[in-house]
Amino acid sequence: MSERITITVDGKELEVDPGTLLIQAAQDHGTYIPRFCWHPRMNPVGMCRMCLVEVEGPRGPMLTTSCTAVCTEGMVVDTRSDTVKKAQEGVLEFLLVNHPLDCPVCDRGGECPLQDQTLSHGPGESRFVEEKRHFEKPIAISDLVLLDRERCILCARCTRFSDEISGDPLIEFLDRGTYTQINTFPDEPFASYFSGNTVQLCPVGALTATPYRFRARPWDLEAVESTCTSCSVGCRVSVQASHNEVLRLLGVDVEATNHGWLCDRGRFGFEYLRSPGRLSAPLVRNADGELVESTWAEALDAAAAGLRRVIDGSGPAAIAGIGGARSTNEEAYAFATLLRDTIGTPHLDAAVGEAPDPLLLTGAANRGIIGDLETARTVLVWGPDLKEDLPVLYLRVRRAATELGATLIVAHPAPTGLDHCADHVLRYRPGDGAGMLARLTGGDDELASVRDALAEGPVVAIVGRTGMTEDPGLANAVAAFAAGLPDARVLPVAHRGNLFGAIDMGMSPVTGPGRVALDAASRGRDTTGILEALDSGEIGALVLLGADPAADHPSSAMARAAVDKASFLVSFDLFVTESNRGADVIFPVDAFAEVEGTVTNLEGRVQKVNRLVPGVGQSRPAVEAIADLASRLGGSIPGTAAAIADRIRETVPGYDEVSWTTLGWGPGRDGVVVSASSPAPDGSVDGSAPDGMALHLGRVLYGDGTMIAAGPSLAKLVPAPTARLHPEDAERLGVADGGSVTVTGDGGEAELPVTIDPGLLPGTVAVPANLGLSFGASPAVSVEAVS
Amino acid sequence: MTDRILTTLMTEHPTDSHTLSRYEAAGGYTALRSALTMKPEEIVEQVKASNLKGRGGAGFPTGVKWGFLAPGAERYLVVNADESEPGTFKDRQLLERDPHQVLEGVLISAFALDVHRVFVYVRGEYPRPARRMQAAIDEARGAGLVGDDVAGSGYAIEVSVHLGAGAYICGEETALLNSLEGRRGEPRIKPPFPAVAGLYALPTIVNNVETLANVPWIVTNGGSAYDAIGPEGSRGTRMFSLSGHIERPGNYELVMGMSWRDLIYDVGGGVRDGRDLKAWIPGGASAPWFVPALHLDTPVTDDDVGRLGSMLGSGAVVVMDETTNVVAAALSIVKFFAHESCGQCTPCREGTTWMEQILERILHGAGRPSDLDLLLDISDNISPGLRWPPAMTTICPLGPSAVSPITSIMRHFRGEVEEMVMAGATHV
Repeated sequence: MSERITITVDGKELEVDPGTLLIQAAQDHGTYIPRFCWHPRMNPVGMCRMCLVEVEGPRGPMLTTSCTAVCTEGMVVDTRSDTVKKAQEGVLEFLLVNHPLDCPVCDRGGECPLQDQTLSHGPGESRFVEEKRHFEKPIAISDLVLLDRERCILCARCTRFSDEISGDPLIEFLDRGTYTQINTFPDEPFASYFSGNTVQLCPVGALTATPYRFRARPWDLEAVESTCTSCSVGCRVSVQASHNEVLRLLGVDVEATNHGWLCDRGRFGFEYLRSPGRLSAPLVRNADGELVESTWAEALDAAAAGLRRVIDGSGPAAIAGIGGARSTNEEAYAFATLLRDTIGTPHLDAAVGEAPDPLLLTGAANRGIIGDLETARTVLVWGPDLKEDLPVLYLRVRRAATELGATLIVAHPAPTGLDHCADHVLRYRPGDGAGMLARLTGGDDELASVRDALAEGPVVAIVGRTGMTEDPGLANAVAAFAAGLPDARVLPVAHRGNLFGAIDMGMSPVTGPGRVALDAASRGRDTTGILEALDSGEIGALVLLGADPAADHPSSAMARAAVDKASFLVSFDLFVTESNRGADVIFPVDAFAEVEGTVTNLEGRVQKVNRLVPGVGQSRPAVEAIADLASRLGGSIPGTAAAIADRIRETVPGYDEVSWTTLGWGPGRDGVVVSASSPAPDGSVDGSAPDGMALHLGRVLYGDGTMIAAGPSLAKLVPAPTARLHPEDAERLGVADGGSVTVTGDGGEAELPVTIDPGLLPGTVAVPANLGLSFGASPAVSVEAVS
Repeated sequence: MTDRILTTLMTEHPTDSHTLSRYEAAGGYTALRSALTMKPEEIVEQVKASNLKGRGGAGFPTGVKWGFLAPGAERYLVVNADESEPGTFKDRQLLERDPHQVLEGVLISAFALDVHRVFVYVRGEYPRPARRMQAAIDEARGAGLVGDDVAGSGYAIEVSVHLGAGAYICGEETALLNSLEGRRGEPRIKPPFPAVAGLYALPTIVNNVETLANVPWIVTNGGSAYDAIGPEGSRGTRMFSLSGHIERPGNYELVMGMSWRDLIYDVGGGVRDGRDLKAWIPGGASAPWFVPALHLDTPVTDDDVGRLGSMLGSGAVVVMDETTNVVAAALSIVKFFAHESCGQCTPCREGTTWMEQILERILHGAGRPSDLDLLLDISDNISPGLRWPPAMTTICPLGPSAVSPITSIMRHFRGEVEEMVMAGATHV
C-alpha cells in the first residue's frame, strides 16, 4: 500500500488512499455526495451529473463530478458551496421534468434514490409546464424484466452491469438526446442469467421484475439477512416478505462472496415456497396403498415402526439415508446422527452421483477462498461450467480475468460461459481429461504457453467435475496437480446448495462430522452404491432428506427403479417427488426462510440463514421431525436448531468457533471459514475417451428440479434439451441442425433435436445433465440419426 | 504579404485542382519530400514557431497539442473532417477542391508525430468530400506517397477514410474517437486527453482539416513566415464561411485583423437587399452573438472576439438582418442542439429540450412573463454563471453551446422577447 495522501473536503482534512475516487473518499469520511449513476462495483461514467462538487484548480474552483475525480495530494473540495447546491438542484429538476412522477403506483416508491435525493438535495418545486416525453410502457425486455422508459433516468447502471460485470451486453442505449432510451437489440431479448441485478441496481422504478411487480409497498416489507442456498457459493441476501409471504430476494454487498450480485435462479427461485403443490400435512400410506394426509403423531409412529421392522429383520445396515443439499448444517447434523448413531447404518450420502469425491471437497490441499481471485495472476478453471453451475463464482472469475488482469485458463469438454474471457481454452473429449492433464503436465509443446501461464503465481485453481460422465478421480488429480503450482490456492467446487455443510456434518459415506476421514471398516455406500443395493435387495429401507435421486442421479432411470424397490421409504420433503411418490411416510418440512441455522459454502465459509416466514400448514422444521423420529427409535437428538448448533460447536472439529451469536454481525457477518481438513485424496487418474462418441453431461442453470418447476417465473425458462454435435459428426450421421438423433448410454437413451456446435471436438455429444434425461455415468454412448 | 495559403490552386484551376497531376504541377508534395529529409522534431518545432491554432473551433495551438502526444509503440493521427457546426462549410471545400493539400499536410504531420496510421473521419453528409479524399489517397498511393515506403524514404503510413453516421457530436474529438471505435458517439470524460489515451486507448492527435492543410506551407516557408502573417494571437490565414442575410455568402480565406464592418460589408458585400444589420454570429452556432452597436468596429481576431465574450470558433459568420425574429432564430439553434445532444448528461439532454419547448411556446404566443428568467436559469444550470468561456455542468460543451443563443437574445434583445410574450399573453 502506498502512502496515504491528504485532501480537504469542506474545510476538513482527510487522509485517503491515493487513487480513491473523491465520491468514495468523501463517503468513507462521512460526507455523502448525492449520485445516481455511480456504483462502487462498476466503472464510473459521470453521466447523471448529480455528484458535481467544486474542486480548486489553477483557474479557481471548477465543477467536477466526484465519481470520476481521483483524489490527489492537496486536493481542495467544496461539496456544499452555493454553486454546487445550485448545480445539484438543477440536475434534480432536469431529472424530474420528464419523469412521470407516478410514485404511488411505482414499485420503487418508498425506497427510491430519486425520491430520496429529491427530498435531500432537490429544489422542492418544478417549473416545468410543458408536455412530458412519452414512450410505450412498460415493455418486456425478457421473460422476467419489464422496462418503463418514462421512469428511466438513463444512468447506465443496467447497461454497465450487463457489459462489465455479467458479460452479456444485451441492453444498450438507443437513439440520442431527449429520445435516448434503454432497449434490447431486435429479436434479442435480455436473456441474461443475471438480469435481476439490473432491477436491483435501477435507481428508479424503470426496471421491474415480474415476480415482485405490484406485490408490495417497500414499507410493508419485513426483511432478514440470510444466505442463498440455491447453489454452494453462499451469496448474501436480504430476504423480504409481506404478510408472511416471501416476495423478493435482494443481493447484499459483501466482499467475501457475491459483491452484491445474485443470479436469477437464486433471486427468483423462492416462488416454490408458496407453490400450491407444497406439502402441508404428513402423508402416510394406508392399508389400501394410498398416501393420505395424517397427523404428525401417526406419521412419526408409522415411520418409526417401519424402520424398526427393517432393523429387527435385516439389521441397521439395511437402512440407508440420502440427504438433499439444501438443508441447513443443523438439519444435516440431525439427519446424519439419526442414520449413523440412532439407527446405526454407515450408508449415508449427501450427493446423488453427480458430485466430486467428498474427500476432495473436504480435503483439497492448499484450499483457497473466493477472495483469492482478487490477487490471482493466473486462474485455472477445470470443473463445471461456472456460469451454469455456480453463477456468481462465474462473475468473480470473470472479474479477475477482465478487470483485474489475471490470465484465465479454462479446461472443459464443451464450450463454457467463461471461454469468451479466457486466455487459454483446453478442450478435450469426455473421458479424456486424464489425457489432457498428462499432456499439460508432460511436455506437450502445444501447451507450453499454458504451462508458462501456470508458472505465474499466485495461481487460483477452481476444480470440480466438468460433467456427470467424468470420472471423479480426474478432479482429484487436477487438484493435486494445481496444489503444486506457485502460490497455489485450490477451490474445490460442487454445485448443490449446502453439500459442503452436509459433508462437514458427516452426511457422507467416507467422512464423519468435521471432515474426519473414516477408516475403511466404518465406511458405507455412496448414493450409487445405495441404489445398487436397493436394487439387489441388500438394502431394504431408505430415508430421504430433501433428496431426489430418481430425478437427479445421472442414471435416473436406474435410480427410479431402485427407489421403487425400497421395502420402506421415509421422506422429509417439501413436495411429492419422483423419489418419494412411493414413500410410506412423507413429513412436510420447513424450507429456506422458514428455518434458522447455518450453511457452509464451497470455501468452507459458515454463514447464517434466518427465518422470516412460517412454514406451510402443518410443516415443521426438519430438525424437530428428525428428533421426534429419533426418540421413537430410542435415540436422543436435540429438538431445536439452536440446540443442535451448540452440539455442532462442541463436537464437530473446526466448528468450535462457529456460533449463531458471532455470525450475525461484526467480522462474523462474513461468516467463519472452517479450516479443518481431511487428508487430500489420491491424485492419480487414468482412462481415456471412448472409441466412438463420447457424452458430456453438464448442468444448465434452469434444470427440471422440483423447486424450479414449482415456481412459475423460472419454470418457463427451463430449456428443452438438445444434443450438441460437432459439424463433422453431424455430417457423418447425416443430420442437420434441428434434426433428430438417439443418444444411447448404459443408463438410458433419449431422442433429441440436434444443435450444431463447432466449439466441441469431433466425437463429442453434449447433452444437459439436469433436464430429466438418463444416460448413465459412462461417457461411452452411441449416437444414431433418426430418420 | 501572403494573403492566400489554402485556396490558391482551387481558385486558379477550378476544374481539376483536386487531381494529383494538377497539385504536383503546382509544386505539390515538395513539402512532403523535404519534410522526409528533416528530423520529425524539427517539423514539430516549425509548427510550434508558426503559432498555428486549431481551426476546428477551440483554437488551441497546434504545436502545443502535438507536444502532448504521449510516447507509445503505436500512436494515431485522426483528421477531424466531421465539419458540422452550423454555418461552417470550409473543410468541405478544402476536401473537395484540394484534397492533396490536406493529404500532404496529413502525411507531413504523421511523419512529424511518428505515426503510421491515420484515420480521416468525414461527416456522413459529406459523401463527395469523402470520395475526393479517398481518390486523393489512392492517387498518392499509386505515386508512392502513401504506403510502406513514402517517396522512397522508408517511412510507412496508412490513411483510411471513415464516414460518420450523421451526428454533430462526433465533431467533438472524443465522441469522434468513440464513433471510430464503433461505439456510441458520446464525448469521453477528460482527462485522460486523447494525446495520452485516445483511439483504442492509445496516444492520439486529433486535428481539423484546415489546420493540417496549413502544414505543407509552413514546412516550405518556415514557421516564422507563417507567424509573420496577421496580428499576434491570430496568425496565418483563416477560412471564413459567410452565410445568412449577406449579399455574397461563401468561403473566404482571409488574414485576420480586419474589423467586422470590413468583413461583412467589404468582403461579404453587405446585408442582403441593403437592409440593416441586426446581429451576427461570429464563429458558428455555439458562439454568442454580436450586435452592430457594440461590435461592428472591433477587430476580427481570436483575442478580441474572446475578450468581448464570444469566439471565432470554426470561422462561420452568420448574418441576421433587421427582419430577423430573434426568438425564432434562437429556437432554430436551440432545436439543433437539442436534436444533436448525445443524451449522456442530464443537464444537456433535458435542458436543451426544455428550452426548445419554452421558445416554441413563446413563438406561438403562449409565453409567460416568467419564461425569460426561467430560460436564463435553465441556462445557468447548464452553464453556471453564464460566463465566457463557459463553465459546464456537462461533460462536453454542447449543452453550454445551446445556452449561447439564449443569453444572446436576453442580453441584446430582451425587450423584443418581452414584447412577444406580452403580445402573446393578450390573445391567449
